[in-house]
Amino acid sequence: MTVGLGHYLSVAAILFTLGIFGIFLNRKNVIVILMSIELILLAVNINLVAFSTFMGDIVGQVYALIVLTVAAAEAAIGLAILVAYFRNRGSIAVEDIDLLKG
Amino acid sequence: MYEAIVALPLIGSIIAGIITLVGARNRFPGANPPPPHDDHAAPPVREAHARAAPSPYTAHAVAHESHEDEEQHEPAAAGSRAVELITTTLLVISCVLSWYAFYDVGLADHEARVPLFSFISFGDLHSEWSLRIDSLTAVMLVVVTTVSSLVHLYSIGYMADDPYRPRFFCYLSFFTFAMLMLVTSDNLVQLFFGWEGVGLASYLLIGFWFHKPEANAAAIKAFVVNRVGDFGFSLGIFAVFALTRAVDFDTVFAQAPDLVGKSYHFLSFDVGALTLICLLLFMGAMGKSAQFLLHTWLPDAMEGPTPVSALIHAATMVTAGVFMVARLSPLFSLSPTAQSFVIVIGATTAIFAATVALVQNDIKRIVAYSTCSQLGYMFVAMGAGAYSVGMFHLFTHAFFKALLFLGSGSVILAMHHEQDIRHMGGLWRKIPFTYATMLIGTLALTGFPLTAGYFSKDAIIEADDVVSGAAASYGLVMTLAAAALTSFYSWRLIFKTFHGEPHDIHHYEAAHESPLVMLIPLGVLAIGCLAAGWPFLSLFVGHGEAEFFRESLKVAPGNTVLEAMHEVPLAISLGPTVMMILGFLVAWQFYIRRPDIPEQLARDQAPLYQFLLHKWYFDEIYDFLLVRPTIWLGRLLWKGGDGFIIDGFGPDGVSARVLDVTRNVVRLQTGYLYHYAFAMLIGIAALITYFMFVGAHG
Amino acid sequence: MIIQAIFFYLFAGICVASALMVVTSRNPVHSVLFLILAFVNAAGLFVLLGAEFLAMILIVVYVGAVAVLFLFVVMMLDVDFAELREGFLSYLPIGALVGAVLLAELLVVVGGWAIGPQVAKAAAATPDISNTQALGLVLYTRYVYYFEASGIILLVAMIGAIVLTLQHKPQVKRQNIAAQVARGRATAIEIVNVKPGQGLS
Repeated sequence: MTVGLGHYLSVAAILFTLGIFGIFLNRKNVIVILMSIELILLAVNINLVAFSTFMGDIVGQVYALIVLTVAAAEAAIGLAILVAYFRNRGSIAVEDIDLLKG
Repeated sequence: MYEAIVALPLIGSIIAGIITLVGARNRFPGANPPPPHDDHAAPPVREAHARAAPSPYTAHAVAHESHEDEEQHEPAAAGSRAVELITTTLLVISCVLSWYAFYDVGLADHEARVPLFSFISFGDLHSEWSLRIDSLTAVMLVVVTTVSSLVHLYSIGYMADDPYRPRFFCYLSFFTFAMLMLVTSDNLVQLFFGWEGVGLASYLLIGFWFHKPEANAAAIKAFVVNRVGDFGFSLGIFAVFALTRAVDFDTVFAQAPDLVGKSYHFLSFDVGALTLICLLLFMGAMGKSAQFLLHTWLPDAMEGPTPVSALIHAATMVTAGVFMVARLSPLFSLSPTAQSFVIVIGATTAIFAATVALVQNDIKRIVAYSTCSQLGYMFVAMGAGAYSVGMFHLFTHAFFKALLFLGSGSVILAMHHEQDIRHMGGLWRKIPFTYATMLIGTLALTGFPLTAGYFSKDAIIEADDVVSGAAASYGLVMTLAAAALTSFYSWRLIFKTFHGEPHDIHHYEAAHESPLVMLIPLGVLAIGCLAAGWPFLSLFVGHGEAEFFRESLKVAPGNTVLEAMHEVPLAISLGPTVMMILGFLVAWQFYIRRPDIPEQLARDQAPLYQFLLHKWYFDEIYDFLLVRPTIWLGRLLWKGGDGFIIDGFGPDGVSARVLDVTRNVVRLQTGYLYHYAFAMLIGIAALITYFMFVGAHG
Repeated sequence: MIIQAIFFYLFAGICVASALMVVTSRNPVHSVLFLILAFVNAAGLFVLLGAEFLAMILIVVYVGAVAVLFLFVVMMLDVDFAELREGFLSYLPIGALVGAVLLAELLVVVGGWAIGPQVAKAAAATPDISNTQALGLVLYTRYVYYFEASGIILLVAMIGAIVLTLQHKPQVKRQNIAAQVARGRATAIEIVNVKPGQGLS
């Protein structure tokens, strides 16, 4: 059967949901959170490119390119923060990060 | 001149007040005590600091029971002598001017209206400060200023040992000012100002020795019971305004005849308008003049110094109610129902107070109940439509009652603050002048022929006889009976105090006559007891009444009391004298010839005796019916209403709930990233659901 | 067409599966590796969509740079296996519920959305210029500001990463150029009076 726009959007939706799951379902370490964010951004990219293709407008891909750039920058900064945090606290288990407890 | 009469006491009061405050500030500086090392060569005012804590009045109260000489713990307040002289002088000037005004207004027909300032001007309600000087006012001016100036003079001697004299004279002068405002008022609001002012002064003066708890309680009782009457009085003023849209006397009196037969619709009841007004206003008079039911404060008011009792609770404040009824005679004379009510209340008071006075043992309380009884007489006259007769009795009563009070004060001082007549006896040898004046006062009170009281009291009984109706007949019987009782208890007082054997030898030996400054007022008042009767008879009761009072006292058309009372049967005109002799003989028998009879009678008739001794148990009844429920209600509203409901659901409750909510909300802030992310997720899901099903609005 | 469908389902299936494994792996290194697999499959999906430039860029940037960076950090932080804690089962019910709701809504939107007549084709409409050329035609002309902005973002990210993580170790010797250049007589020479027969000590 013909693979249409809906299929690509469904795939993106599933990836998005999995990424969100990953953020709050893990207690192990913060790196998994960062990777889940990458998954979310990937799902967004798939959405953008799919729409770009099916509507014939190249701007979707330009946007996807920019998103890619930002995702890379954000991953770098996030990991730098993580390293600095690890140097000070000695642990990256998410359960231990509760200094902002009210 | 009239402004001067009213203003001089006020000026005296203000000056005395300033001196009091300055002196008190110097004496008790409050936050900064003087340095402890300067003790030698210090002025006497400073010594008070070291001994400021023990109160002088506890020593007073202790001495009252222990009969021991107490030392002067506190020096006199600074400026006492100056205050005495200033206030007394101003009052004397005011008194002289008042007698001149009496002649000018009453006899020379120069009535006056003196507008002073405007007070309230709001829609239809216009009230000004203005003085209305007519004959009725002139009579009251004379009474108030004469008695007040004599009391001021007397207090110089009586309060000579008191360390707080400036405050006393300040209050006395303030009282005089308020009373003068009351009697010179031209409208109901100004009358009410004076009314409240004398109530305030009464509170301040009864509670003058405020370190004594009994004095405090008595002052509060006086004020609160007066308040009940004032409530009715206020309602009366409101009713007057509602019906006539004015509060000044001229307008109200002019409209009064139009109100006859009108009824006032209130809560689906139709009551006669004039009757309603008069009854409400009379309720105020009942409170102020200590009539039956609202009388409970008068005996307790004897906690105040004796000059206060003489001034306020004999001659002036308690007569404010009588004066008010006379002033409002145009209204009262148009309402026969109200007049009947006045007679009934007055007669009941007369007999009630006389019965209670039979068995009292405190010399001041006997005189207080006597006052209560005589006020009842005055109201009987007012109710009978013979307003001038009631005013005549007010005039003469002021003299002899003030005399009796001041004389009692002289006795008390001689016996070194002993007030129980059972501890006195045989004093006529030691204090002859006081004895003589008290004798004259008693003769006047009981109505001995040719004394002032004879003319005024007989006039009341005669006037009551000519009025027809059940109320008047009741009044007649009661007043005659009360005359006998009055004679009995008055002579009982004289015999037990001055005759017989002394019961307290120690005080008896130490008794001495009072200083001259106290004896002069006694003498003046004694002369008044004899001279205030016959010369003034024609002005008040006889043929000169119409020219004297003119428009100030209005009677209903068809009221012929004043003419008819001269044609009463002989039984009535001799009746009071017969009653007086009867009372005298019984008292003679009981207290001179066979002194054992009273005690035996008290033992045999114990329930009756206790009933009378406890003032018909009115205090107990009121305590049970009114005071306890009120306190209960107050406590309920305070703890339950204010504390639990308002505070609980209001500020305290809200703050506690805020804390509760906060404590629970804080649990959301765990610090865990995934909790926050989860919350965000839930939010996103909710938003998406909302927009899917409700639809985004453009 | 059938080939396209097969490849689509292949790529999509493996992508989804590896995304699931990213989230649920115990070993963080495994997670990173599965992430790389997801990226590669997504690149395949991009190729199917006709955006081959973007697919290659995805591999070069994401896999080649970002995923490797992840791997570096995982190695560097020396995460201890023994401390790995499981505990997400307590949240699983409600989390799964909410996630399922979200997914269902997304799919409903996707399914219910009527595909307009202009979006019937499954492939790119202009096959005569390559994807790269098409991107280049717009990127430096119409969207040049965004291009420049993304460059600045990258610069800031680079500086930020360095600032956050740079540590000067105390025992490492480093040059202070400014001090070297500003060296003068006062800091270079010290004149000592030496007594004959006694050296410097």
